[in-house]
Amino acid sequence: MDSLLPGRLVAGADVDGFRIGECIHAGGNGYLYRVSAPAGRDPGFPLVMKVPAIGRGQPSIAIVGFEIEQMILPALTGPYVPRAVATGDVVRVPYIVMEWIDGEGLAEIVKRAPLDAAEVARIGATLADALHDIHTQDVVHLDLKPENVLLRPDGRAVLLDFGFSRHAGYPDLLAEEQRFAAGSSAYVSPEQLHGVRSDVRSDIFALGVLLYELATGELPFGEPSTIAGMRDRVWREPVPPRGVKSDIPPWLQEVILHCLEPEATRRYQSAALVAFDLRHADEIGLSDRAQRTATAGFVRQVGRWWRHARERTAPLATRADARTAPVIMVAVDTENPDDERHPALQQATRKLISLEPDFRLLCVSAIRAAPLGEGDTLDETASGKHLEHIARLRQWVTPLGVAAARTSLHAVESANAVDTLLELARANHVDLIILGAPDPAQARFAWWRSVASGVTANAPCSVHVVRVPERRPE
Amino acid sequence: MRIALFADIHANIHALDACMRHARERGATRLAFLGDLVGYGADAQPVVATIAAEVAQGAVAVKGNHDEAVDESRSYFNEAAQAALAWARTSLAPEAARFLRELPLVVHDGPICFVHASAAAPERWDYIDSPAAALQCVDAAGASYTFCGHVHDQVLYFGGATGRMNAFQPKPGTAIPVRSHRRWLAIVGSVGQPRDRNPAAAYALFDATREEITFFRVTYDAQAAAARIRACGLPESLAYRVELGI
Repeated sequence: MDSLLPGRLVAGADVDGFRIGECIHAGGNGYLYRVSAPAGRDPGFPLVMKVPAIGRGQPSIAIVGFEIEQMILPALTGPYVPRAVATGDVVRVPYIVMEWIDGEGLAEIVKRAPLDAAEVARIGATLADALHDIHTQDVVHLDLKPENVLLRPDGRAVLLDFGFSRHAGYPDLLAEEQRFAAGSSAYVSPEQLHGVRSDVRSDIFALGVLLYELATGELPFGEPSTIAGMRDRVWREPVPPRGVKSDIPPWLQEVILHCLEPEATRRYQSAALVAFDLRHADEIGLSDRAQRTATAGFVRQVGRWWRHARERTAPLATRADARTAPVIMVAVDTENPDDERHPALQQATRKLISLEPDFRLLCVSAIRAAPLGEGDTLDETASGKHLEHIARLRQWVTPLGVAAARTSLHAVESANAVDTLLELARANHVDLIILGAPDPAQARFAWWRSVASGVTANAPCSVHVVRVPERRPE
Repeated sequence: MRIALFADIHANIHALDACMRHARERGATRLAFLGDLVGYGADAQPVVATIAAEVAQGAVAVKGNHDEAVDESRSYFNEAAQAALAWARTSLAPEAARFLRELPLVVHDGPICFVHASAAAPERWDYIDSPAAALQCVDAAGASYTFCGHVHDQVLYFGGATGRMNAFQPKPGTAIPVRSHRRWLAIVGSVGQPRDRNPAAAYALFDATREEITFFRVTYDAQAAAARIRACGLPESLAYRVELGI
């Protein structure tokens, strides 16, 4: 059957009720038009229609990719993807109508690279947020590159083009098209080159390439035009970012090379952890990755190639596995360091983290911002008070024996501890909050009393409430 | 329109009731019974009576090999299955037996083909256990959607660009887009005798308007179904298969 959309559409045309406006993009893969919705179906935000280029000279992969995007985009929600409004029959009138995002293309930003470390971290963190968000919705993007990312005016990343993506709950229409299914040559992960299309860590590798590009202005593996050229990344180390640009801070190089580990098991195991590290740069534990300025010796790289040729690791699928490296937050009441609940809270935390091979531990104290307590006087300066509470947090966490690279300490002045804890939990993709139960016997903790219930009621994740066993009266 | 797809009910009224309730709660407006209404289980008569009443109101039903064997003894069934069929012959009312006898092997309805085993040769009761067998089936069915049973595990086969079929293991509860320009073959799983070590009943719900299929597993009182098998004096193996889902 001939498509009813054989090429460019003219402004004013009507497609299933959508009125075609200006053509804002015409490329090899297709066209983007501004459109207005039919009367009564206005979703309340501006719309754009994506139409694939179909016909002679177009690879069949393009239309399969379009079909995949038609399946996956409507299933995704949240601020990190454009909202899908309508799709047209892929044979008769293939199109997707989606939210028009007024943002700056990452491709434009990349042209200004190298960027300073703080900006790289800021963009990288929102990209990692976006990836974590789709990973928890069962989707791996598999074609992350500058052309497929917009930044909203508020700085949040939006992921575009799900034509190579994989939804863990849907059949993979590209399963038998492996020779094409590898994404873009500069960003594709080693395992994708072997046809693996279900590993969330492939997106983390591509994120590493992007961070490298933003920080240095160069691509770590170039843009090879052959599969053999792409396979180099399986064993060849890129020039470390600090070897390209010496003022890149060690922590940023640590994050980038951690994302770019050729073996998926040695990479970050969750995009949430990348976001976490990029937001807590001063607390990143530095390995030897941070200091390198030249690639490894020939022998080590050949050893890596040999290992890779022999071993294949199982892909880390979406959702459940995106949480295998959880972010755990513990709320510590440093205002009352002698509270008998502290040992119980420490013990519970120790037990819970012992179950996880990889995790991040946020220790948070929400400290009173103003003298709200009865008869409390603030005789310390704000910063002095802050340092004092950080020191108490450090004292609290030290006995747990957690590597400093896995912990971060936050003393946050707050008028409302519940809101502060929930905000931190959301911003850091926290998977579990540990906190003490209120203790009705101690009236002086009235301010703290409602925190456990407030957090439990509204938390975006599981909450572990620790109570010191009641001593029954004799 | 949402069509509930029930296969391999195997005389398990407890599982069938649970699945029909589950499907109606999710907006099923049409029911299709994909064969093997009887066999293995104890409650052939209530199952056939329930399905016959639905068919009288527009539901689709096709014949399975156990339904056929009520009339014509088949030597390929094992001893336990033979015992259950003998029990079905004595417990089925004459009109229920007639209903089974008159069931068609295949039903075509627009873009859908309903069949128990393979549409390629439905009377041979071949198992669709490979992409090649799935391809033969959809070639014969000549429809966008082929819905069948016989194999007790849920599988979704889909046509690829090269013309071959590919197997996909569906996740229960996920609505999978199934656009009609491709060919799809859904093996919907067994209502009455699942065999994947999960005793929960299996069925699927096809939304013809949205072009989506959702596979489900429904927890029901498998102990009660097993108790009925024991109470009717059928072989113990049939009871524990239902309890354990093996």
